[in-house]
Amino acid sequence: MSIPAILISTIFVNNYVLARFLGICPFLGVSNKMETSAGMGVAVTFVVTLSSIITYFIQKGILDLLGLQYLQTIVFILVIAALVQFVELVLKKISPSLYNALGVYLPLITTNCVVLGVAILNIQEGYDLVRTIFNSLGSSIGFTLALILMAGIREKLEIADIPEVLKGFPIALITAGLMSIAFLGFGGLV
Amino acid sequence: MKLSKIFRDGIINDNPIFVQLIGMCSTLAVSTNVVNSVAMGAAVIAVLVGSNLVISILRNVIPDKIRIPAFVVVIATFVTIVEMFMKAYAPPIYEALGIFLPLIVVNCIILARAEAFASKNGIVASIVDGIGMGIGYTIALVVLGAIREIFGAGTFLGMQVLPASYQPAGIFIMPPGAFILLGILIGVFNLARRKKSSSKA
Repeated sequence: MSIPAILISTIFVNNYVLARFLGICPFLGVSNKMETSAGMGVAVTFVVTLSSIITYFIQKGILDLLGLQYLQTIVFILVIAALVQFVELVLKKISPSLYNALGVYLPLITTNCVVLGVAILNIQEGYDLVRTIFNSLGSSIGFTLALILMAGIREKLEIADIPEVLKGFPIALITAGLMSIAFLGFGGLV
Repeated sequence: MKLSKIFRDGIINDNPIFVQLIGMCSTLAVSTNVVNSVAMGAAVIAVLVGSNLVISILRNVIPDKIRIPAFVVVIATFVTIVEMFMKAYAPPIYEALGIFLPLIVVNCIILARAEAFASKNGIVASIVDGIGMGIGYTIALVVLGAIREIFGAGTFLGMQVLPASYQPAGIFIMPPGAFILLGILIGVFNLARRKKSSSKA
């Protein structure tokens, strides 16, 4: 696949949240406010891209060479957990203002399935380094887009008259379903 | 706490999907039919029981500060075992579950049980908790899978159940159907729980 096709595919057609069901927990958990969604989106983009590059080199340089592919899951999740901690430390030292803005989201990212999902899918699809980077960028932009759209809708939903039993999570899921129908419209693009 | 209560809590009062609302990604993704739902449920039960058991045994050994990474390693080990097992004995199901099998590692249910239950309770209670939560998850998955399969393909476990003249509603199999159906099911579950608690009071 060419690079523009990868970007369009991951942002719109195969949006990781709405079409592939990765990262639903933060999608529903932190999409209450616009600002927090944007902060989470930036933090995820940063971590996903960095972790994909690192896991790419680990896969090609260590696991494939030594025939240890079956250790992929364990190694990747450890790398991601360590990376998140590391990013947190570095941000704290270098840019306290950015740390204050993103700090609370960073620990949550370890258990965000987008990060591990993208890292594994990059290997499964057999992407080279450039495609890995663009695939990671595209998928996290897609995640951010879905998160921000959802936050916009939920801010309005707060004041809407919804049946008591559907308040909160159920209505958020139904909204996500309707958004997902809208995203099906991108189907023919790639 | 009585074991039967722990078990029942996992299935009904603290059902991971309908009440705690965790572990949504895999629930939505693999519940396109009943077979996948059961297979995913079995995988999660195996990992949950294994990780609860080991973490419960090691709960006094693991230092508090590094407990989360330690839990993750234990969980990832069991996920890898289940993954290899499925690849060897059930390749079609391994293919169907795809990326969501390794992603059990980051399924919040398992880490949540490790942190909230297994690291504080004895071995037997932890195993029972793992089985209860796992069955609760599986039930939610199978209900969702059954509805999606019946209306989306007109079949149940691969057998035709609706008349051939029924035009399958493909939307149930597609992602939007999963979101909307789960939203409605949680709403129904809330309604049932509310009825029950108001009739008690």
